[in-house]
Amino acid sequence: MSTRLGTGGSAIDRSRPVHFTFDGRRLAGLTGDTVASALLANGERVVGRSFKYHRPRGIVASGPEEPNALLGIGTGDRFEPNARATTTPLREGMALRSQNRWPSLAFDVGVVNAALSRFLPVGFYYKTFMWPRRFWESVYEPLIRQAAGLGRAPDAETRDPDRYEHFHLHVDVLVAGGGIAGLQSALAAGRAGAQVLLMEQSPHWGGRAQVDGVRIEGDPAAEWVARAVAELEAMPNVRLRLNATVVGAYDHGWMLAVEMPEPGPRERLWKIRARRTVMATGALERPLAFAGNDRPGVMLASAVRDNLMRYAVSPGDRTVLVTANDDGYRTAIALVEAGLSVPLVVDARPECNGPLPRRAREMGIRVAPGRAIAGVRWQRRITGVDVCLQAGEGSALEHVPCDAVAMAGGWSPAVHLWSHCGGRLRWDEATAAFRPDPQFPPTGADGQAAILPAGSADGHSRAVEVLASAHRAGVAGAAAAAHEGDAGQVVTAEEGAEAPALAVWRMPQSADHRLRAQTFLDFQNDVKLTDVELAAQEGYRSVEHAKRYTTLGMATDQGKLSNINGLAALSHTTGQAISAVGTTTFRPPYTPLTLATIAGQARGDLFQPVRRTPLHARHEALGAAWEPVGQWRRPYVYPKAGETVEDAVRREVLAVRSEVGILDATTLGKIIVKGPDAAQFLDMIYTGRPSTIAEGRCRYGLICNENGFLIDDGVVARLGPETWLCHTTTGGAERIHAHMEEWLQTEWWDWRVHVLNVTEQFGQIAVAGPLARNLLERLGGMDLSREALPFMHWTEGRLMDVPVRVFRISFSGELSFEIAAPAGRAGEIWDRLAQDATPYGTETMHVLRAEKGYIMIGDETDGTVIPQDLGLNWAIAKKKDDYIGKRGQMRLHMAGERWRLVGLLTPDGAVLPEGSLAVAQGTNANGQRRTQGRVTSAYWSPTLGRGIALGLVDRGPERMGETLSFLQPDGSEYRAEIVSPVFHDPEGERLNA
Amino acid sequence: MLTLRCPCCGVLADETELAPGGTAHLRREGPEASDEAFEAYMFLRDNPRGVHFERWRHAFGCGKWFHAARCTVTNEVFGTYPAQTAAPPEEVLEAIRRRRPEWER
Ligand SMILES: [Zn+2]
Repeated sequence: MSTRLGTGGSAIDRSRPVHFTFDGRRLAGLTGDTVASALLANGERVVGRSFKYHRPRGIVASGPEEPNALLGIGTGDRFEPNARATTTPLREGMALRSQNRWPSLAFDVGVVNAALSRFLPVGFYYKTFMWPRRFWESVYEPLIRQAAGLGRAPDAETRDPDRYEHFHLHVDVLVAGGGIAGLQSALAAGRAGAQVLLMEQSPHWGGRAQVDGVRIEGDPAAEWVARAVAELEAMPNVRLRLNATVVGAYDHGWMLAVEMPEPGPRERLWKIRARRTVMATGALERPLAFAGNDRPGVMLASAVRDNLMRYAVSPGDRTVLVTANDDGYRTAIALVEAGLSVPLVVDARPECNGPLPRRAREMGIRVAPGRAIAGVRWQRRITGVDVCLQAGEGSALEHVPCDAVAMAGGWSPAVHLWSHCGGRLRWDEATAAFRPDPQFPPTGADGQAAILPAGSADGHSRAVEVLASAHRAGVAGAAAAAHEGDAGQVVTAEEGAEAPALAVWRMPQSADHRLRAQTFLDFQNDVKLTDVELAAQEGYRSVEHAKRYTTLGMATDQGKLSNINGLAALSHTTGQAISAVGTTTFRPPYTPLTLATIAGQARGDLFQPVRRTPLHARHEALGAAWEPVGQWRRPYVYPKAGETVEDAVRREVLAVRSEVGILDATTLGKIIVKGPDAAQFLDMIYTGRPSTIAEGRCRYGLICNENGFLIDDGVVARLGPETWLCHTTTGGAERIHAHMEEWLQTEWWDWRVHVLNVTEQFGQIAVAGPLARNLLERLGGMDLSREALPFMHWTEGRLMDVPVRVFRISFSGELSFEIAAPAGRAGEIWDRLAQDATPYGTETMHVLRAEKGYIMIGDETDGTVIPQDLGLNWAIAKKKDDYIGKRGQMRLHMAGERWRLVGLLTPDGAVLPEGSLAVAQGTNANGQRRTQGRVTSAYWSPTLGRGIALGLVDRGPERMGETLSFLQPDGSEYRAEIVSPVFHDPEGERLNA
Repeated sequence: MLTLRCPCCGVLADETELAPGGTAHLRREGPEASDEAFEAYMFLRDNPRGVHFERWRHAFGCGKWFHAARCTVTNEVFGTYPAQTAAPPEEVLEAIRRRRPEWER
């Protein structure tokens, strides 16, 4: 039974209890506890069920490598799944829930999976759930989702009320890890004068050295740590952050870190551009591979030590230590010193006579050399272990009663940051670990190593080497940023000597199949020794393939605990050396980060900027229904009280056709093109010849890309001898401006042309309808008669004393004027017009243009349509030598049998569904029904009192009068006749009025 | 995330400020071009493992196009230079040869 001891605990405050619940039960911990230490202090050893077999699982580790203790924390809007108990500080009132169990943690229906485990072999997702295919959505997927997986996503209706923020920082040296190596690196770099950011993932400085009895400069490590932190805090060029984990290394020294600030927002994402990063991330202890090593109560020896020293929590009353190195003995010694019982140390090494084993024996601890664990006895808790020879197959020699097991499998450097961005690793036989390969570091923009490994992350285990390597890394990091100040001396350190460790990849060495099938390599993903062996036998010999097939080291583990033991198993089965097997690639993030942290402040109103026209408030007052168009908000329609959207569109369309309507056209792009070479430039950009537009006149123009495909359209007005104003679509303003800049800057950079995007400088109002001229004349100030301003002309003047340009252009087919006023004054004109005209929105505009057969970029075009497909040959200057897209349009497949623009009418006036495909006879190479056209725009036309549609149909204009069949996904069918795309006023009498 | 120095405004720009533009120093093929030449201009690109000349635009900065010489393996940047040129400047070529003696154009 795990429990809290009466004395000790460097991190806890016994005078300040903290209350929390676990699966509804009320429990109490102490200020300073992690969720894990508080659960252990309350005797809660089973904290979850495993992913695949639903086996009961307990806390294994004391840091971010914890595979099992992932809990749901909080309720309602603050619920968070998969929180790691070992790194989450305990808070008053916390509600914790175990995951992966139904109906309860103690009794789990899914445990049946374990009985069926021979039917859930490695790769069972691929093998079992293949057929029949139609079962996937309805049977397999819901089943798998229910039975497997990590915590549940928060309810879709909840809204996280907490604040999250992003920090951006440039530093000379980022130090990842605040153990003694990180502190020494930061001291060296800081003293040399570099801008330093030091981040430590836990709430404590100093890392393991304090728990492991290291002495620095003659004092206990804790005292040196306090001095180092004080010196760093006094340096103005050094920033220190606790509770901050560097989680990712990316190109050119871009580093990502997550901080849980105290106080502050709930989480803070740091985006750091570091000249150099010192990787002082320490090392992770490995589990040992023996049968029953996943039982709750089997913990890493270092985690046992951490819980004992920091939180005064014992994992059990009687703990068996199983080890293959001297370091593990520190745990046995610490347990006995705390008054707890260690009935046996099982040491796989035949000889164990180093100073630490000697001291353990002197304290009366029995040591069994050359032994292994043959099994962990379990009856809802650990009752004992069976001990066997390491050199055998697992016949038990003795049974040792105990209620906890500490395992010490050796240390793996935490090299994740090194690997994230391309650094290679080398297998070091001497330390039985993958270490950073200095020949192949991750490099920065300058081609030099961007990450400098230090301390045990670089494979050093002795404190003296740890501090020396850290000092070197700090000096080198500062020097890379040209800070060469006095970095001070390397400090001295002492610790107990250690005899060589033994690399033990399985216990016992020749464990039989029954034992191997109970030996877990990856607790989180439920991968057993036999799974890796089976994968290898099935041909998954490459480490990357075996990883994916077995799921070893996937999900949040990212190889932290499982990696080396898994590789060793693959190596053993395939007969390759571990160095030849290699390692899988570690991917960022090192520890998971929440979606809320990634989103930061970019949510709700701040998700993206909203562009508002100068008339926005007026639309709002009129009750406009909004349509997002890029970042703009445009009125879609203005429904009056009691009106449906359809009613309102009908009213607005009829008002334009019979009286007069006004539209906010501000969002249309407006680009000034000016200069001595502007004429020749525009003749290259447009398919027509803007150079021949007379001053005072307008012309419709088309812009294609080099492929010949139509990308934008709009009216071009000539403002002066060397000046044109190019209107673009709403979405095209920035895009076409960039398109023009690209050609000017990168192809015709000697042409004297300026282009300027003035879209937001003007408020633009379309005034359309038979009464448009009457209305404008009542405003006073300008002669807008048919003679003074004919169709496709523009003029300048003052309306209501507001300086304006008036363009006589039409997108509705009616008599129409567009008024451009300075943005700040457009409202005055709108207010006057709105007294007598009907405001109309984008939906009405669409209906009006479709009735006239006018195309819309993005509806009638999709990036594969050339102007010729749309019957716009008249807007192409065929005799022109060149324009962008001309060569593309000369290709063979741009002529002949292409889908071309037509109108489509259903016999009963029904509205064709947009996007419907017209079917043809036969099937294509994929066995799909052939098609011969599609509906690009379809509306109910109030003017005609029926549905109308535009579409692209194979050789459409040659097939007038033919009827096409449009099949729907539900099997129903629409029929429609091919007609002219111009449904309203084909002679154009109205717009010429 | 890359950083490139914009030769126009001098800013060391994060990739989020930049828009990529593909291979640099392409020669435009117009209406007289053969099918083969036009295809090469539009679609056929080298995909070198190593030194690559490429176009970037300082889109959320000064707006100017420029070129960069970058190693596609290590992301080492040998230099950036204005887009108004048909070939890389000699100092960029020298910087490449210093770091990649075996490299040939
Ligand atoms: Zn710039």
